Amino acid sequence: MTGPGAQAVSAAGGAIPPAVELIGLNKHFGPVHANRDVCISVPRGTVHGIVGENGAGKSTMMAMLYGFYKADSGRIRINGEDVHITSPSDAISRGIGMVHQHFMLVEPFTVLENVILGVEQGGMIQGSLNHARKELRRLGEEYGLEVDPDARIRDLPVGLQQRVEILKALYRGAETLILDEPTGVLTPQEADHLFRILDTLRSQGKTVILITHKLREIMAVTDNVSVMRRGTMVAHRPTAETSKEELAELMVGRKVLLRVEKGEAKPGECVVSLENVSYTDDMGRERLKDINLSICTGEILGIAGVSGNGQSELLEVLSGISPISRGRIMFKGEEIAAPGKQSNPQELRRAGIAHVAEDRHRMGMIMDFTAAENTILGYHRGKEINGPVLMDLKKVEGRCMEHMEKFDVRPPIPGLAASGFSGGNQQKIVLAREMEENPDLLLVGQPTRGVDIGAIEFIHKQLITMRDAGKAVLLVSVELDEIMSLADRILVMFDGRIIGEVAAKDATEQALGLMMAGCENPAAGKQECGGDE
Amino acid sequence: MDFLITILQLIDGTIRVSTPLILAALAGLCSERGGVIDIGLEGKMLGAAFVAATVAYMTGSAWLGLLAAIAASVALSLIHGFASITHHGNQVVSGMAINIIVAGLAPTIGNAIFHINGDTPPLPHAARFTAIDLPFAASLADVPVIGPVYSGVISGHSFTTYLAFALVPFVAWMLYKTRFGLRLRAVGENPEAVDTAGVSVQWLRYRAVMIAGVLCGIAGTSLSTSLGASFIRDMTAGKGYLALAAMIFGKWRPKTTLLACLIFAFTDTLQARLQGVELPVVGEIPVQFIIMLPYALTVFLLAGFVGKVVAPAADGEPYIKEH
Repeated sequence: MTGPGAQAVSAAGGAIPPAVELIGLNKHFGPVHANRDVCISVPRGTVHGIVGENGAGKSTMMAMLYGFYKADSGRIRINGEDVHITSPSDAISRGIGMVHQHFMLVEPFTVLENVILGVEQGGMIQGSLNHARKELRRLGEEYGLEVDPDARIRDLPVGLQQRVEILKALYRGAETLILDEPTGVLTPQEADHLFRILDTLRSQGKTVILITHKLREIMAVTDNVSVMRRGTMVAHRPTAETSKEELAELMVGRKVLLRVEKGEAKPGECVVSLENVSYTDDMGRERLKDINLSICTGEILGIAGVSGNGQSELLEVLSGISPISRGRIMFKGEEIAAPGKQSNPQELRRAGIAHVAEDRHRMGMIMDFTAAENTILGYHRGKEINGPVLMDLKKVEGRCMEHMEKFDVRPPIPGLAASGFSGGNQQKIVLAREMEENPDLLLVGQPTRGVDIGAIEFIHKQLITMRDAGKAVLLVSVELDEIMSLADRILVMFDGRIIGEVAAKDATEQALGLMMAGCENPAAGKQECGGDE
Repeated sequence: MDFLITILQLIDGTIRVSTPLILAALAGLCSERGGVIDIGLEGKMLGAAFVAATVAYMTGSAWLGLLAAIAASVALSLIHGFASITHHGNQVVSGMAINIIVAGLAPTIGNAIFHINGDTPPLPHAARFTAIDLPFAASLADVPVIGPVYSGVISGHSFTTYLAFALVPFVAWMLYKTRFGLRLRAVGENPEAVDTAGVSVQWLRYRAVMIAGVLCGIAGTSLSTSLGASFIRDMTAGKGYLALAAMIFGKWRPKTTLLACLIFAFTDTLQARLQGVELPVVGEIPVQFIIMLPYALTVFLLAGFVGKVVAPAADGEPYIKEH
């Protein structure tokens, strides 16, 4: 099962056995066969990419290598030697380190405390702290991973937090480093920096396994790539001999359009406008600062930015969830929000503002409710589905069925709990609910987060259809690709402010990335920007 | 001079009354720093008080009473741990269950043994933790300033009181200087980080609740064998909850928690002293209002005065591995 590429690139290593070999691994979670006879061979000193859609089994496979789960059957070989890994500490002692998608850091702790956690020498921590301080200095110089050892994690930007995770693994003597979706939270510049670090690691003889769904990264940084689909390994390729298109097709099992096809936007009159809007949260922090923007019919306005820079709050003030502290918001010529005046989400829905919430699980759906019940959330007071006293559940189910057919939700069972659908199908249920009410303004947050490639294509098409039907669409996404391919105009948010605006056709990833890092004028160069280093 | 003596007596009383509060608050702190909410402090303390008094009465030894009380309290902790750590149960429900069970069980067993309404008989002097006179307390008593403070306030408390105060710096040292403390604090903030670092989340949390059990055991012992001279039903009277409030007011830190305990204990001492006393201007305050004082203060402090309180991030969250 080992791909031909594995040998091709391990030439430099000669007869050295692969750093990691998984042979015929199987793992079931109840009825789900999450990994089926998975085989992979990672030559030492290479960067090996693993791609696959959400739920393809990539993380499960790595969790078995890291000792988080026990395989039902199959073998793990490290440096040519059969090993039994039953816990993360086993994996660590075998030289496997992992950088998780959600950082495994203790936020109130300092960098040093996080680094020594679990590998302290002796009962007191002072000695370990001193030792780690020296080691971090050495590792920092060797790999270009400098970080203030006494900084508290919660005060560090995500890029540096990730660096701490890498240092943690190296401090534990990791020879093979697994990175799970490492760039999800990074600006493009931070991602580039990470790739340079990976290069350094490779040149020092370390092995890197990179799990991602971003094909661009695979092409940019890996030596070999393995593709997973529905729990099985479907292909191994040397990166130089494959293409994004081929990988996408292997991932999904059919041809996919990576680029959204859309015509020119024909913007009409403005539907909604924010005038000098500020918002201060319950903790007293100013989350939105003097926002001015307007959205017109027939256009998609994209909001780019690293998450946590005010995008969520922007959606919340527009949908009536949060009050504003300054300025005002006008919608179809009427003031819907001003200091001390807040329209509630229900009124706004009725007025024609639909909201596809960023966090589907927390705000968009109720996971224990059925698909039919989720279909009417927020619109459950509608006359069509209510009798004089009781709700007409037949009609609710009928509406759900209509949505399911139109949006190709699978399986089309209105009585199934929302948690029983895949991420993509959940999102389709939410999108159908909001779009089928025919709103004038559609607010969409992270429409394709946790959604597989096939469904992404569908959702993007739907958003373009909305636009072409003359609706105003506000799109918030941390996926720069998504913003660049869907939006007609792009605003970049940083620290609660709008830091720049570009027409989508003039936008470059470089310029947007610099603005996302807090640089007001990208042309001025990187050194003048705050935030990113 | 009378006024000064009153003040010194108040401080002396505060130190004495604060003993179970400090111990219970430290118990809650250790447990919650490890991510397990411990609303069962009340029940554990009550159970320990009962067992301590019973065993001390039967054996004539306060020390055996203390050991038995610790064992009983740790056993209750382990029930809490089994429900909330092993089986991911709701920690508040499990803790409340302990409070309710003990409130009923202790007097029932007590009645079966002693037939005096669920209480235990009064303990003889030898079966109690009584006042310890520190060295030179008698000879320094007449020295001005030092005498009243050293001999009157600092000396003359029981073993459990001195232990409670000594445990405050000890717990602080354990939390901030030792490997166990580092891991304990980590598991209360982000158990996944601890798990991925190859350290057992469950075992850490079990140790946390067992420490809470030991401390509650001492707290209960101090109630029935030192502050009091027998077990009386419901003798904890909400001290477990007060300790929890003190811990929150102290922001889950040992030294500030001690301070909070002293404030609560002081109001408690004050209310005991104010009962039936004619105050200038207002006259005699009805006793109900005076008894209310510590509780009103709790509400007042927790509601407004504390400012932003940040609990350990994973406090109350059972740790369940995905899948």
